[in-house]
Amino acid sequence: MPLKLLCSIAMFVLASTAGSARSLSGAGASFPAPAYAKWAEAYRAATGVKINYQAIGSGGGIKQVTAGTVTFGASDKPLKPQDLAAAGLYQFPTLIGGVAPIVNLPGAANGQVRLSGDILANIYLGRIRRWNAPEIAAINPRLKLPNLPITVVHRSDGSGTTFLFTTYLSRSSGDWQRQVGASDAVAWPIGLGGKGNDGVSAFVRQTKGAIGYIEYSYAKQNGATTLSLRNRSGRFTVPGMQSFAAAAASADWLHSPGNYMMLVDEPAAGAWPIVGATFILVPRRPNHPAEVRDALRFFAWGFRHGDTIVAALNFVPVPAPIEELLVRQWSRLIIADGKPVYSRW
Amino acid sequence: MAEASASSAIERRGPGEALFRFACAGAATLLMTALAGVVVSLAIGGWPAFRAFGPAFLYTATWNPVTDVYGAAGPIVGTLLTATIALSFALPLALGVAVFLVEFCPARLATPIGIAIELLAGIPSIVYGMWGLFVLAPWFAAYIQMPIALSAEAGSWADTVFSGTPNGANIFTAALVLAVMILPYMAAVFRELFLTIPPHVREAAYGLGCTSLEVVHSITIPSVRRSIVGVVMLGLGRALGETMAVTFIIGNSHSLPRSLFDGGATIASTIANEFTEATGALHEASLVALGLILFLITFGVLAIARALLRSTDL
Amino acid sequence: MTRADRRKLANGVFVALCGIATAIALSLLVAILWALVGRGLGGMGILLFTSDQPAPGSIGGLRNAIVGSLIMCGLGMAGALVIGILAGTWLAEYASGTRTAATVRFLNDVLLSAPSILIGLFVYELLVAPFGGFSGYAGAVALAFIATPIVVRTTEDILLLQPAELREAGMAVGAGRALVIRRIMWRAARTGLLTGGLLGFARISGETAPLLFTSLGNQFFNADAAQPMASLPTTIFQFALSAYDQWQNLAWAGALLIAVAVLIVNIVGRILARESHLS
Repeated sequence: MPLKLLCSIAMFVLASTAGSARSLSGAGASFPAPAYAKWAEAYRAATGVKINYQAIGSGGGIKQVTAGTVTFGASDKPLKPQDLAAAGLYQFPTLIGGVAPIVNLPGAANGQVRLSGDILANIYLGRIRRWNAPEIAAINPRLKLPNLPITVVHRSDGSGTTFLFTTYLSRSSGDWQRQVGASDAVAWPIGLGGKGNDGVSAFVRQTKGAIGYIEYSYAKQNGATTLSLRNRSGRFTVPGMQSFAAAAASADWLHSPGNYMMLVDEPAAGAWPIVGATFILVPRRPNHPAEVRDALRFFAWGFRHGDTIVAALNFVPVPAPIEELLVRQWSRLIIADGKPVYSRW
Repeated sequence: MAEASASSAIERRGPGEALFRFACAGAATLLMTALAGVVVSLAIGGWPAFRAFGPAFLYTATWNPVTDVYGAAGPIVGTLLTATIALSFALPLALGVAVFLVEFCPARLATPIGIAIELLAGIPSIVYGMWGLFVLAPWFAAYIQMPIALSAEAGSWADTVFSGTPNGANIFTAALVLAVMILPYMAAVFRELFLTIPPHVREAAYGLGCTSLEVVHSITIPSVRRSIVGVVMLGLGRALGETMAVTFIIGNSHSLPRSLFDGGATIASTIANEFTEATGALHEASLVALGLILFLITFGVLAIARALLRSTDL
Repeated sequence: MTRADRRKLANGVFVALCGIATAIALSLLVAILWALVGRGLGGMGILLFTSDQPAPGSIGGLRNAIVGSLIMCGLGMAGALVIGILAGTWLAEYASGTRTAATVRFLNDVLLSAPSILIGLFVYELLVAPFGGFSGYAGAVALAFIATPIVVRTTEDILLLQPAELREAGMAVGAGRALVIRRIMWRAARTGLLTGGLLGFARISGETAPLLFTSLGNQFFNADAAQPMASLPTTIFQFALSAYDQWQNLAWAGALLIAVAVLIVNIVGRILARESHLS
């Protein structure tokens, strides 16, 4: 008898959920996920269209959009033009955010402790082991640094944040470039691996003398103590909307084939050195053009109306003239059956 | 367990019989097909890694996504260590709890305590991970690691075995969290098993003047010994493959751990951490190869258990 | 010390150890529940059930995740119970003692110990990539794969532990094998079968990794299993590791919800089992 009951329940559930059209789904990086979620909420209120975005990681986003299981993918790491062509994808940036190193040093205020890329690389290589080491003391003449061992914390999971951070270390230190390199996940010479921003943040918070790196929006929300870094022009800057925008403004957007754009170590005076854009990927010759068109309309709406939301979450929007450029690219580059997929509304 | 196999005459009774038998056999076949499917997809997915690295994959400890060189030694050692430590904590505790509930506990208390233990089993594994990271790790660092680090002399046995960054995220604490996770499963099923022993058998032993220890030792446990081994395998399998509870707290270092309190990685935590972000074909293949290795480890453990059971006659 | 004294002492130590074991287990339970209830209770309220998950900065609940989990766990358990009980019955009743049964049982244990993330990948290859989309059905199938071996194992164990007299009595009155199994053996083993189902449900209600590859997740309400579906564990996972306080509170509330749900299912199961024993 219970078997019969079970079967009838199963039948009922199956029948009531029988076939319907594909809905609009996107997947990928977790860095911009809060912004996309807020955009989607507001977009739904304004137009009734549901855009479902799930954060499964940049690699997952690239894989799924290539496999055609989602309408758009999101990646913190831009694809090079040849990889884009091979996968038949088009990418464009949507937001800009920054990565902030954080420390646990009793008494330190935000931005008080100064470091350079070179020193940071040596710390993460295990060559500088104490906070009162001469290299650090030299760059912080007015601070009395404690004789604490440095506990290095990094990400255990692959992430765009790691990609940005290691790109910065690679550009600052030839040794790091040779020994470790830059990627979503690297073979860290020393240190503890925390899972997600949360894991890194927790480890740093629990261990005196620890250093780690997390998304700036996360640091701001959780009150972690940030550092100031010396940028390419030689000035010490702190992470924040201004320094991110400065980095974005000085980037050469117009001459980036495939929109491949790295914003790390920008030369502008007030730029924060660890900044990156996050990208959306769609198929260039989509099999479901109506869905891609709806997705693009969503992002056009985000460009036009989503700036306040973006700022509230501590991201910086892509500069307005660049947004115009991108929208025009959509009409030109994304084609299905000989007709452009996207049209202005 | 002499089965009534001399019943072929009765079995032929009507189509309902044949249909039911077919359904049962069909379900078992479906299950086996699913298993075969999983193994095949793992083998196919992991083949590029084995082809690229050969048997060295099993004992190399590098894991470098930038230069695309991968070796499974670190995760393998971590998996085996955490699982064995976890089991050695959980098994005696689970047996103790089950015996307590069945033999000593007054009936009125036994049911709510039993429910409480099963409640532990129902807590999602991610909660264990979060609890481990935010509660256990700091406590462990403060009350266990620091005192040992301060009192052990450099170079002594204690120093070597217990060295490591004192922040509570290491193989040992991960094993502790695992032990807490598999404990309720095992205790719940042990209790269920003990309850199936007909009361009169135990009562007879008590009647003869046996103490509880003797009853448990010579009657309760031997009569369900086979199932106990099965439950231990359940627990071990869970411990080997557990992802969420371990990933937060194991410290995630791919090199071979130098001490019990050193960070490490398990196969499951490595896959969970890196799979969705892995874009390199070889990186992905290495992760799937890790999965296949885990499958084979579990297979090996279960095969050994089976061989042991055979040798100790039933 | 006389032999009797030694036995008494050994027994006393044994009882004490068992008591300590139980005390440890209970204090662990208290520690974890303390953390869970302390952080999760604040988020409980009617809003949790009536409102879908919010974007950061907005208030909301977990309705879409709850409904998604119910649908997928329900479908998954239905499949797991049907296949698991039938397969376990085959092992215990029809094939008991044969080499095939021993092999099947062994392979079942292997599937049982398979890390759920690998099962998720397998179901992805099977049901997501070829059909071009994530779906609640794929999630349910992954969950069924995870729960079925548990049900098979406990079914077989419980059926084998039933006294042979029950079977013999049924056959003695001329009942067919199937009838004996359904009417007598399954009834006698009801509590054990229930435990298998409950253990399976407890296991899959907290599974995260396989659902990420199969049902993806959905921040909107969706009861259509052919589309991506939210689930409590994946939403908890996403929220717990985020920077936003409301999200973290919702994560703990969701975790508390799962624990409470498993508790209720347990209690209901016991009540049903007791009623059936009395009737």
